[in-house]
Amino acid sequence: MPDHSNALFPSSATSPGGVSIELDSVTKTYPGQKVSAVEEFSMRIEPGELVMFVGPSGCGKTTTMKMVNRIIEPTSGSIRIDGQDVLGLSPHELRRHIGYVIQQIGLFPHMTIAENVATVPRLLGWSKQQIAARVEELLETVQLDPAEFANRYPRQLSGGQQQRAGVARALAADPPVMLMDEPFGATDPITREKLQSEFLRLQAEIGKTIIFVTHDFDEAVRLGDRIAVLSERSQVEQFDTPAAILAAPANEYVASFIGSGAALKRLALMPVGTVRLSGATGDLGGRPSIDPASTLRDALNLLVVTGAEAVDVIDPTGNRLGQLTHADISAALTQAGLSGSAVR
Amino acid sequence: MTAPVTATAAPLGQRSRGALVARVLAAPLVVALLALGTTLWLASLELDSIEKRTLNTNYIVDRVREHLVLSLSAAALVALLAIPAGVLIHRSQSRILRAVVLTLANIGQATPAVGVVILLAIVWKTGFSTALIALVAYAFLPVLRNTLTGLAEVDSAIRESALGMGMTGWQVLRRVELPLASPVILAGLRTSLVFAVGVANIATFINAGGLGDMIVNGLKLQRYPVLIVGAALVAGIAILIDWLAGLVEDFARPRGL
Repeated sequence: MPDHSNALFPSSATSPGGVSIELDSVTKTYPGQKVSAVEEFSMRIEPGELVMFVGPSGCGKTTTMKMVNRIIEPTSGSIRIDGQDVLGLSPHELRRHIGYVIQQIGLFPHMTIAENVATVPRLLGWSKQQIAARVEELLETVQLDPAEFANRYPRQLSGGQQQRAGVARALAADPPVMLMDEPFGATDPITREKLQSEFLRLQAEIGKTIIFVTHDFDEAVRLGDRIAVLSERSQVEQFDTPAAILAAPANEYVASFIGSGAALKRLALMPVGTVRLSGATGDLGGRPSIDPASTLRDALNLLVVTGAEAVDVIDPTGNRLGQLTHADISAALTQAGLSGSAVR
Repeated sequence: MTAPVTATAAPLGQRSRGALVARVLAAPLVVALLALGTTLWLASLELDSIEKRTLNTNYIVDRVREHLVLSLSAAALVALLAIPAGVLIHRSQSRILRAVVLTLANIGQATPAVGVVILLAIVWKTGFSTALIALVAYAFLPVLRNTLTGLAEVDSAIRESALGMGMTGWQVLRRVELPLASPVILAGLRTSLVFAVGVANIATFINAGGLGDMIVNGLKLQRYPVLIVGAALVAGIAILIDWLAGLVEDFARPRGL
């Protein structure tokens, strides 16, 4: 990465990845409206954490997120990034150090993909060579071949490609914090799934502190380290790991948001390798097998489809680790429910 | 409010090659035929002394120069004033300012330019500056309206992402909004330019020269060759200017749009 100091947030200069975000009694009331859009919102987000804001449209989740980079100015309360009060910083300077991705992507249609990605580095005054190197690196990171895409214009890209370019643009100056407003909301289900898994892989690599707004609870479960389920006026109904929320919804509202099949959703969060397997019994021949990186949901699926008594768990080197029966899967679910948020 | 003035042009790339060539060559061809026809017709006439005083190269070149200087200065001044005015109104988000300026510009265009120029000459003075002011008032609206429309049409998501990346208001305007609005603004400028060329004829009434001299003299003295040459020149210039402006529009359109 080119040499550039992220001087705005002190700890991001010394350590890569994210910084903390603290919101304290943040309120937004629009002039002429009796009810606040966001009321007394408080939350602490740890460095490198991916927090999902989930809630119905109009609940204030986007408003809350947009106050962090001051696209919307809070009426009262304080917001600190890495301990620093953002309301005391110049908004433009602040935003150059916060990645921002919106659903409509908002690529500049009159600029090439390379120029789009170079936007923030240019605002920060990097040299031409630094910018060129960084653009190439980023396009590769988001799996857009620079030779093919750098000089194209946004309208020459598919929706999924545009969204990747949007993510590359937000990452350009290596900001410690990213704000993402339903970034995959406008893509078709197949593209969306692909973008989500790419995004997870990317986040595992870069470890940014991310606030990710979505109305899709399944997306929140899939991506989030923690999920904040929000109701009207951005009230936090529950703020916990996906597994804990699925196992023990705090109230009716959260339960209704999870919808049906909570147990199945929880199984999808539990890798086979992390649960207690039962020993080998009975006939070992001809049984279906699964690898430890798959989830319990995959294992259950296999059991249902094949009608077998148990599936063998076999690691990639061919070692047989044990087997899973219906009873083992149920036990794992109960166990995880008892120990709260242990899984994931 | 009236709809924005836009060029009929679709993006350049979507045109077939034949249609493009025809469009680029049509206007010069028409003007060349017009010039040829007029010249041949003139050559067939016996001109009297009054006509000869007017229908000679020096006289015609002078009138054309006056006409062009007047109309081009007016268009330049309109661009210089109306685009910033549009930007200012757009930025201020003030409905009152918007209503006031648009009303003034509408009045400017609705009022007959002949009346304005003569009134101005009576209360102020005759000559170039007065004609220029009348023309600017007359040709102000298309640029103003198209600037407003062009800026309003910029996708709010694009504006928000520009702000979200840390651009200042000025940077958003210069790097994003104006480039994206430029095709619409240029279309307005083209309209204003053609207005100015057409209406610059009235300069003759207040002794500010131009091709109006030939037309009015031809009428007054009943010398139809003079009248017709003057009229043909104005038409030819208007067509050529519109053609040139069209080329500039296509050429200056940001790539990627």
